[in-house]
Amino acid sequence: MAKVHRLISVVLRLAAAAAAAAAAIIMVTSHETTSLFGLELKAKYSHIPSFIFFVVAYAVACAYSLLVIFVPPGSAASRLVVMTDVLMGMVLTGAVAATGAIAEVGRNGNLHAGWLPICEQVHDYCNHVMGALIAGFVALILYFLIIMYSLHVVADPMCPCH
Amino acid sequence: MDLEHGKKPSAQPSEPCAAQQVEKKLVGLRPILLRASALSATTVAAVVMGLNRQSYTAVVAIVGTRNLTQTFTTKFKDMPAFVYFVIANAIASLYNLAVVLVMRRRLVQGRVQHLVLVHMTDMVIMVLLATGAAAAASMAELGKNGNLHAHWNPVCNKFGSFCTRGGVSLVSSFLGVALMLALNLLSAAANAPRAGR
Repeated sequence: MAKVHRLISVVLRLAAAAAAAAAAIIMVTSHETTSLFGLELKAKYSHIPSFIFFVVAYAVACAYSLLVIFVPPGSAASRLVVMTDVLMGMVLTGAVAATGAIAEVGRNGNLHAGWLPICEQVHDYCNHVMGALIAGFVALILYFLIIMYSLHVVADPMCPCH
Repeated sequence: MDLEHGKKPSAQPSEPCAAQQVEKKLVGLRPILLRASALSATTVAAVVMGLNRQSYTAVVAIVGTRNLTQTFTTKFKDMPAFVYFVIANAIASLYNLAVVLVMRRRLVQGRVQHLVLVHMTDMVIMVLLATGAAAAASMAELGKNGNLHAHWNPVCNKFGSFCTRGGVSLVSSFLGVALMLALNLLSAAANAPRAGR
């Protein structure tokens, strides 16, 4: 039984690592250059701090998932891993929320603040960022599944007297 | 080592395991205080952002000898992220109020953290709060610094007290998230499976 739990855990973590890597890579490769009234308009992920946070958070999550696979189950470190899983999930939630807010402004603009939407000018960039957000959501759901699985099937996160 | 020397293992573990020690320390924190602080933090955040508005009048043109003035107003409803922020904080504060009112006797006795339903809804509400706070924080950063590449100008130089009040509300909401995380940990420690449960 313990072997089955371990196998499912490892599979979930590999899937989460792959999804997190996909999200980070899709966001990093989003850039586009157009020209508007003779001015060159460049759009990159690094222009916006929220997108940089998104890339960093998902890259760290991918590396963390891969490292954690090597933690032996049932040891004291595996209980710490449940806590850091929750921490990682919260960081990813914040990243997705912040990126989503900025992406919404980019698509719809905000007339009250005088911010014009930029998606008509850099259409491919906007779709690319939307793809990164979707991949980020998938990774977040996988992280949630990992946490729920650890808490309710495998672990008792704190007590050795099980 | 004792087992090898022929001593029989005792029926009870000699020292309480880590979860029980942690739970004793956390229960000493008076969970009702945590819940009441989370309630007040989220209420403050929702109210301060909900009542956030500022307007100023500026001269936009001079026609002959007359000045044409226009009033610029900003309210929290102008930004969808702030609307979501207010809604999330309102839901969290109503939930905390409901828990405090419905379970006031159990809270005072410190017996609420064993309820799994409260634990689960606590987690959901905490994540909702966290997303609201994160979205509002990114919009606040955009309003404060602008974004030259997208030609979005910062607005905080014109609407200073709107930005200050928004910042206060954000800090209060982040505090609420931290308090709800503490409540969550308390429930997790209480619900951890133990020998004999």
